[in-house]
Amino acid sequence: MEHLADAPAPVVTCDELVIRYGDLVAVDGLSFRALSGEVVALLGPNGAGKTSTVETLEGYRKASAGSVAVLGLDPRRDHASLVPRIGVMLQRGGVYPMLGPSQVLHLFANYYDDAEDPDALVDLVGLGGVQRTPWRRLSGGEQQRLSLALALIGKPEVVFLDEPTAGVDPEGRVVVREIIAGCRRRGICVILTTHELAEAERLADRVVIIDHGRKLAEDSPAALAAGTADGSIRFTTEPGIDTGALVLAMGDGVGVDEESPGSYRLRPPPEAAIPTVVANLAGWLAERGLALGDLRTGQSLEEAYLAITGSAGTSDAPSGPGLDGRRGQRAGRRSPR
Amino acid sequence: MRPLLAQLRVEVTMIFTNGETLFLTLGIPVLFLLFFSGVHVLPTGTSHPVDFLVPGILALAVMSTAMTALGIGTGFERGYGVLKRLGTTPLGRPRLLGAKILTVIGVELVQAVVLVLVGLTLGWSPGRSGSGGVLVGVAVGVMVLGTIAFGGIGLLLAGALKPLVNLAVVNTLFVILLLLGGMLIPLAKLPGWLADLSKVLPASALADGLHASLGSGTAVSGRDWLVLGFWAIAAPVVAGLTFRWE
Repeated sequence: MEHLADAPAPVVTCDELVIRYGDLVAVDGLSFRALSGEVVALLGPNGAGKTSTVETLEGYRKASAGSVAVLGLDPRRDHASLVPRIGVMLQRGGVYPMLGPSQVLHLFANYYDDAEDPDALVDLVGLGGVQRTPWRRLSGGEQQRLSLALALIGKPEVVFLDEPTAGVDPEGRVVVREIIAGCRRRGICVILTTHELAEAERLADRVVIIDHGRKLAEDSPAALAAGTADGSIRFTTEPGIDTGALVLAMGDGVGVDEESPGSYRLRPPPEAAIPTVVANLAGWLAERGLALGDLRTGQSLEEAYLAITGSAGTSDAPSGPGLDGRRGQRAGRRSPR
Repeated sequence: MRPLLAQLRVEVTMIFTNGETLFLTLGIPVLFLLFFSGVHVLPTGTSHPVDFLVPGILALAVMSTAMTALGIGTGFERGYGVLKRLGTTPLGRPRLLGAKILTVIGVELVQAVVLVLVGLTLGWSPGRSGSGGVLVGVAVGVMVLGTIAFGGIGLLLAGALKPLVNLAVVNTLFVILLLLGGMLIPLAKLPGWLADLSKVLPASALADGLHASLGSGTAVSGRDWLVLGFWAIAAPVVAGLTFRWE
């Protein structure tokens, strides 16, 4: 498919979307757009309103207020003309439990006028070895990859992936990432939800951080990370080093904290040259025969996320991969702005 | 057409490769027919129990396919999110429903052929208790109404209850209607109040209609038509109004 280079029209538009369930406001004035070939991640803790938003774009739910459009169509009013052009991966389930990957992909291929080759797709998502195994006996990761394949079978222009890597093992994640990268290359617009920061950072061109149904930030992962960066340098070595001596050795205005045993944060003054600070640090450690483990300047999306959600006054800031049930674990590490 | 045929093929495959469904739709009716025509423990009130059993078990077969197999299958598809997922494919609800209806009809045809053949082998003589003639067209009409009524009941429950609750309710209902519906035990053998209750249920109207048209070759009573007609309209309408796809 050829794409016009000039003035790309948004493929997905979400404008001041509000979704209420009775008294509960699940989505509260959310706006974002996505273009062809763009991967947009909706990132937030469980209950942030990600699935409600995606299901409104898919036509499952009605907007209480605001508007959504996909490929210029209304997902509910124009349902019949829209569904052949979109691909959907539900958060869970959605497949006949008794059918194997090959059978269900062939079935779905028959729903579309122009579908991908089911056999090629089985191999693409790495399910060739289990293509006759009933869905209910597949592992969680295999089920997810089959759902992903089903989202792609109809050669969609937009795909909606609700938690595509949830429950997927590391090798499966590589497959999922490659497939999403392939979608981007072919000009498919990908809207995905995740509560895993590392996945959003790896997969998405743009991240929309949502909590309590509101957008807290929207940018590329790198820009988000840079936007809240405070110039800290983090490193690991033995626990309990003499931070007082390190401060003296580093000179003017450098602060040092041991954030957790063996994990340290250097806070150089704004005018300091980071390479010089790192060189001094490395020299000081070498003199004392101390190891240098992780060393990182700048910050990750995770730290940016915590800074953003923290400054928005939310109490349940999630952390690293699998943040379910580990909410607020690192609440004490919010970066100052 | 291609989506409908593909869906139909998968629906039929799922029925005929699922052991539980096969047992329910073919195993139980054939076993009942073999067992009770050989072991005369049921108060069928005839010297040829098979004459009473074949029409009654045909009614049972309709109930097992249209209500139990369709309802349980659809309930699980709903529970597994299959119905929801199909909602964002070009298949569409009319073709999904069409494939399910055609599947039910197909299964019932297989059941009817098998049960009639087994019955004839066991010495069933259609219309023996009457003039010797049978009203096949009337029997088919009764079965169509019964299928619509029981299909509506099955979908009504499948669209409202959680899959496992649905499974339990549908199976319980199946056993109750089997015992009270005049399929194996004539209504005359039930206590009066229970027989009166049973007469307004689709099971006894269906069984009674088949006993009349195939057993004695006599006309189906107006009350049976009325009861079947009521359920064939009410159950699908309520199912359509209350069905939740997720």
